Amino acid sequence: MAEYRIQIKDACKNYGEVKALKNANLNIEAGEVVLVIGPSGSGKSTMLRCVNKLETLSSGDIFVDGDCVTDPKSDIRKIREEVGMVFQNFNLFSHLTALRNITLALTTVKNTPKEEADEIGKKLLARVGLADKEKSYPGQLSGGQQQRVAIARALAMNPRVMLFDEPTSALDPEMIKEVLDVMLDLAKEGMTMMVVSHEMGFAKAAADRVVFMDEGEIIEIGTPTEVFDSPKEVRTKTFLEHIL
Amino acid sequence: MAEIVKESRIEVTDGALIPDSAEKSIFSAWNISFFGAIIILILLPILSPDPYKDILLFIPDGIATTFQVTVLSIIFALIVGLFAGLGRLSRVKIINRIATIYVEVVRGIPLLVQLFYIYYALGKLVQLPRMTSAIIAMTFCYGAYMGEIFRAGIQGVPQGQMEAALALGMTRSQAIWKVIIPQTFRIILPPVGNEFIALLKDSSLVSILAVSDLLRRGREFASTSFLYFETYTVVALIYLIITLFLSRIVAYMEKRLKINGRV
Repeated sequence: MAEYRIQIKDACKNYGEVKALKNANLNIEAGEVVLVIGPSGSGKSTMLRCVNKLETLSSGDIFVDGDCVTDPKSDIRKIREEVGMVFQNFNLFSHLTALRNITLALTTVKNTPKEEADEIGKKLLARVGLADKEKSYPGQLSGGQQQRVAIARALAMNPRVMLFDEPTSALDPEMIKEVLDVMLDLAKEGMTMMVVSHEMGFAKAAADRVVFMDEGEIIEIGTPTEVFDSPKEVRTKTFLEHIL
Repeated sequence: MAEIVKESRIEVTDGALIPDSAEKSIFSAWNISFFGAIIILILLPILSPDPYKDILLFIPDGIATTFQVTVLSIIFALIVGLFAGLGRLSRVKIINRIATIYVEVVRGIPLLVQLFYIYYALGKLVQLPRMTSAIIAMTFCYGAYMGEIFRAGIQGVPQGQMEAALALGMTRSQAIWKVIIPQTFRIILPPVGNEFIALLKDSSLVSILAVSDLLRRGREFASTSFLYFETYTVVALIYLIITLFLSRIVAYMEKRLKINGRV
């Protein structure tokens, strides 16, 4: 079972009457980059948010490295340490500097000594090309810079999996590239990534597989070439015509 | 231009009116009241040294007491309020209920009655010093209002902040203390400033327990000299100058916070 980094089994999520996720099944191997696409309300963000239990499944199971996320007895915080998450709206801690944003979880969750945490933080800032911004507050950074800090913040915990929830949707067009470049580097380094996004360029350059979802269901899974160039399902075809 | 974004301000009680920064004229209501009061307070002892000089020499002792009661009460009220606010948001039912009952009870009893109750009624069980009783009563009362401010402040922090903290592996309480609470201060500072002003005004009620605050000193002077009009004019002017001055500081802080705030 542990051969998959993420395993989603018969996952269902209901909000009252609304079925946001219907029997989703998806296995992601270590080092794989999986892009999840689909119209808004198709359940792609819900599925992603269930992986680190920001949302709780109504039924079904999710495993991260063999650890059951959905088991109430499992220590969800330990699993969350292994799963980095990047949000659409960055969600940087607005009262902290860029560097402190990155080191806060290290010092509070992992009890890393401050000097060591700062060193890790500075290295990560350099890695996302923001070495000169360590003292800046989120409010002083552009959207693209904030998202890069947010990626660095997630990486600080040294996760085995990175989840991206529409990481470029809130960005101005000219800033999308700088964020995607960071994500491409991560993919090249072998990070396991689950990305909810419609960035075709990123998909073609880095994704191993593309998952198309509609109305809470996984409709089609395939390589980017398969899904984009010769979709099997009508719904996939219609959707792709709309966004291309 | 239909979309003028106005940041919502948390208003709980009747603090002093915060000066509207849009009002830039020299003859703004604030300027007229503040400088008017100062000029009158300066002119009175010059034009008629007897009795105003005596009054002005006698009363200021009370200002220190007024501030002592106000500052101590506000500090304790902030601590009580933080926990009341967290309690109101707690998902543990019993804690939530206790915090809510506290707020409801305090809001339903006039502060003057609370003062009497703590000093005289509870005095049957434990006789506390007057000053202590006064501070306990003010803390108890304002703690509830502060609780509502903290609650609104905590709810004012975007949900995504909690999610980001949890996603990093923090516990809920780590997230609350390290991420949420520090961000509430920016939101709650203006209403807390307002509460400080309201509390300073309400602190005049403690004179009823013979705590010699500003009002009490005035009463002591008036009752021996029978100069009621003159004495209370001075008392009122001093209160007015203090509260107007503080309201200007609160407005200034609010402006600074807006500039330094995110976005």
